[in-house]
Amino acid sequence: MKTELRRILAESARLDVPIDTLADGDDLYAAGLSSLATVHVMLAIEDEFGIEIPDHMLTRRLFSSVDSLASAVDELRRSQAAA
Amino acid sequence: MNAPAQELEVAELAQSAILRSESELIEAAKRVAAVAAQYADAVDREARFPAEAVAAMRKERLFSAMIPTEYGGDGLSLTGVARLCEALAQGCASSAMIYAMHQSQVVCIVDHGVNVPWQRAFLARMVSEQLLLASATSEENIGGNMRTSACAVDLVDNAFRIEKLAPTISYGKYSDAILVTARRHPDAPPSDQVLIVAPRETFTLEQRGTWDTLGMRGTCSEGHRLVASGIAEQILPTPFSKIADESMLPVSHTLWSSVWCGIASDAANRGHQFFRNQARGKPALPPSAARLSQVLTLIKMMQARLRESLANVEAAQAERAARKANQSNDDDAPLAASIGINADLNMLKLAISQSALHVVQETLMICGMAGYKNDTPFSVGRHLRDLHSAPLMISNDRIELNTANLLLAQRAATGTI
Repeated sequence: MKTELRRILAESARLDVPIDTLADGDDLYAAGLSSLATVHVMLAIEDEFGIEIPDHMLTRRLFSSVDSLASAVDELRRSQAAA
Repeated sequence: MNAPAQELEVAELAQSAILRSESELIEAAKRVAAVAAQYADAVDREARFPAEAVAAMRKERLFSAMIPTEYGGDGLSLTGVARLCEALAQGCASSAMIYAMHQSQVVCIVDHGVNVPWQRAFLARMVSEQLLLASATSEENIGGNMRTSACAVDLVDNAFRIEKLAPTISYGKYSDAILVTARRHPDAPPSDQVLIVAPRETFTLEQRGTWDTLGMRGTCSEGHRLVASGIAEQILPTPFSKIADESMLPVSHTLWSSVWCGIASDAANRGHQFFRNQARGKPALPPSAARLSQVLTLIKMMQARLRESLANVEAAQAERAARKANQSNDDDAPLAASIGINADLNMLKLAISQSALHVVQETLMICGMAGYKNDTPFSVGRHLRDLHSAPLMISNDRIELNTANLLLAQRAATGTI
């Protein structure tokens, strides 16, 4: 899943540095992630994984790293598959 | 000056200041507007700084109106300051815009500087000396995007020196301090910015280019080469991206809109007066009757729209204060709310900049030749020229794109009554 997330970030996040240079735990905001770009990242993730990210989960923390995005996608896939 | 002495001074200031109510401050702004109106034509004609109006603001101590009472200011709410801007704009648009731009800088220090002793001492100076603050956010080769910088802070032994080629610094030459954006350090990416508070004695300006414009001629927004040096505490500790989202942008968009509303109101009042004179003693209404009704309908809508955004911004300020009091982490604040408020502020800017121009165009039709001529009590040419800056200050084209982008994040964007 992190491969897909990294592809999405490469395409939509418009970071100041190539995503390959960042570790899974590195701060994406420090790498130049803007609030406008988070919108595109969110839409791409919803599309890729067939999930809907609820408003209460849309926080700075969610977009802070590849790890935080992966655990949120994981959680949503499980809960939305169960529903 | 050591720290305890500073604290004492701040406390004394708070005690000695006589707190003024919103209505007292509005009366003071009206007195300033009367001075500003007297010189507005000369300021416009000569494209010169409105020195008389700014001196009057200083005398009435309007520059510290929004500074909290514990730091010696009047603690006026954003809505209150918006009303001051509106009142000033009825006298002279350039003077009012200078006041609005000053407040967009004040809020950055108030919201993000009070934990830094140097910044607290500077706030006290802002109050006692009634300092006028300007801003240098744009930079050559960066375009109009204030969220990126080329120049960088290079701290050596806790001291920095920066050089910035700014295509515009409004009233820079006449300001007592300039807030400057720069990259955090020489290796930081363009978007990793900080905001530096540079008082007059720490910078030099070399003017590059002129300010001979269609309108807003008194803001003297020439380009400059700015060279500033100072110490680390002059750099606000919050990242500029956060300062811009939480403080600078909400305050500038609402206060610019207040200025535009004030300009449009002054023009509409002239149209209204002209219409009443024209109708006096005639059996039928003048042919411009429908236009006058439309103009006033539109002004009421603009005022209501602006009040809505002011309330949104004040609610967001209160929420942030509550989160801070609970020591809860900003990282868990819902992005939907901040995206929503950014989209709202963009739409406010689009709505008011367009409507205000429309109001004045219609007023010109109501006043006819008396409005077109520059030397009658019903002249609205200056209003029209001044307001043509509204769609350009942060181009509406850019704001429309940005808004559409933000609206992508919202599943239902219209809201309800």
